[in-house]
Amino acid sequence: MKAEPLSVLTGIQNPKVIGWRLFLKTIIARAYPRLIGQQREKSWIFFDIFLPMLGVSAYVYVYRAIGAPEEYVGFVVVGGAMTAFWMNVLWSMSSQLYWEKEQGNLALYIIAPNSMMAILLGMALGGMLATALRAVAIIILGMWMFQVQFMVTSTLQLLAVFFLAMTALYGMGMMSASLFLLLSREAWHIANLAQEPVYLVSGFYFPIKSFNFWVAAAASIIPLTLGLDAMRQLVFPSGALLGFLNVKLEIGILTGLCIVFLTGAKFLLSYMEKLAIREGRLTESRR
Amino acid sequence: MNRTESSRSFFMATWLGWQIESNWTDPFLFAVYMVIKPLASAAILVVMFGIITNGNFENPLFPYIYLGNAFYIYVGAVMAGVSWAVIDDREHYKTLKYMYIAPIHIPSYWLGRGVARFLTGSVSVIITLLAGVLFLHLKLDLVAVNWPLFIVSLIIGVLMLAMMGLVLASITLLVAHHFFLLGEAVAGALYLFSGAIFPLDVLPAWIRPVGFVMPITYWLELMRRSLIGNIAQTFPTLAGFSNAQLLGILTALTIVFAGLAFATFQACDKRARERGLIDMTTNY
Repeated sequence: MKAEPLSVLTGIQNPKVIGWRLFLKTIIARAYPRLIGQQREKSWIFFDIFLPMLGVSAYVYVYRAIGAPEEYVGFVVVGGAMTAFWMNVLWSMSSQLYWEKEQGNLALYIIAPNSMMAILLGMALGGMLATALRAVAIIILGMWMFQVQFMVTSTLQLLAVFFLAMTALYGMGMMSASLFLLLSREAWHIANLAQEPVYLVSGFYFPIKSFNFWVAAAASIIPLTLGLDAMRQLVFPSGALLGFLNVKLEIGILTGLCIVFLTGAKFLLSYMEKLAIREGRLTESRR
Repeated sequence: MNRTESSRSFFMATWLGWQIESNWTDPFLFAVYMVIKPLASAAILVVMFGIITNGNFENPLFPYIYLGNAFYIYVGAVMAGVSWAVIDDREHYKTLKYMYIAPIHIPSYWLGRGVARFLTGSVSVIITLLAGVLFLHLKLDLVAVNWPLFIVSLIIGVLMLAMMGLVLASITLLVAHHFFLLGEAVAGALYLFSGAIFPLDVLPAWIRPVGFVMPITYWLELMRRSLIGNIAQTFPTLAGFSNAQLLGILTALTIVFAGLAFATFQACDKRARERGLIDMTTNY
């Protein structure tokens, strides 16, 4: 990326850009490399779609081997598409500040006159849009490879569920990013540890209703759990039968999660930033 | 290279690999880390199976899936572990060039780095098997296990995975943009094509031949037969082969991969030196 367009976008050279304009320009500037930069490396697009498709295919064939009804194949395809968002939140949101520290960029973020919250929002916005392209590709490939049929019962509710789930999920990512601010070598391992357990408890490959009510309720703290459950109810004819809660109730809970995670991110980031400065962890690199 | 140099490189790398793998946290968190990840992975399959069969874990397909998934942990651990050493040293610690100028044998060093992953992988495999026996009615009769077949298959299989890892490590020397995804992509593809968690017959007929040229297909079949011989042989995919035939195929393919690994290393190492890639840092 050339330096000139970025400086124009951020407005760093313009002393009048302050307050909410600086906040907005920071969001756009941080979203820019996520949205545009990631599309430039064509091989990444291929791997981002190809890798989840391998997992999706393996689970589809497991269901076929044990003679599962065909709608379960659809459940796997939708779950597989949503893994792209979880991976993005885990590796490009939560642990991002750790990577920035390793690269030496974190100190630059802190000393620049912009808000860290705006940087995280920019990362979230860019990551969400870039990942959405990959998720759509996985869904289309899944439909084509495994003849998955969708039957949307309410487009409005489906859009509401998707955007609320994404907002809450990326809010959670922003919140955990501030926790990762304090981590060093262990960041990679902790992010790695959070992959499979979340696939399990959020029901990426099976209906969450299969769990005991309280287990499913506890798992609902992860926004993708209810997001996936509601989406499956809205796009598959038998989805409602296998749904955990009523879609309207799930929309209400997701709205609550959005508020909790975004507010939590703001306060936690502010607290963690102060703590990291006090403990001298912003420039630390313990390899 | 002399024998002392290669063995010294191997054992030193083993110690170094273990330190890197384990000393990032306290022993308790490390133990939790080693337990949760494989169990969660296995639990996804268990829940899927349980939902569809109404918890009929007596179905012979269950141990087939469960054991395949458990032993597949070695693929990610050993194969990806060996190739990961290149990424770790070149991009993270930025020490690959120092390794090259030190009096060590590079392939032995990489293989040694894979041993630590083999050890942590072994713990994960044992925990997964134990959980299956204790909580999921996985019928593993230790008296009925064909131990000689199990031990021989395990040793040859791990060697085969190490050789595949060496091929990947050599290719990683030349790759900048995709190196994080290379091991993951190969492991993911093998998970699908080798029938690790479902019999190969479920795959479309035109994809099945890919599984038949992969040594992992034969290795997993041998592991299953050695542990639950009577059940594993009920699946038609490789039913026409005797244990000795499967072992012969696995050994032959391991030798092929060993030759391929050293040839790939020679070629990639030469090319990486010519192009100045040994000390490359891509910051990806």
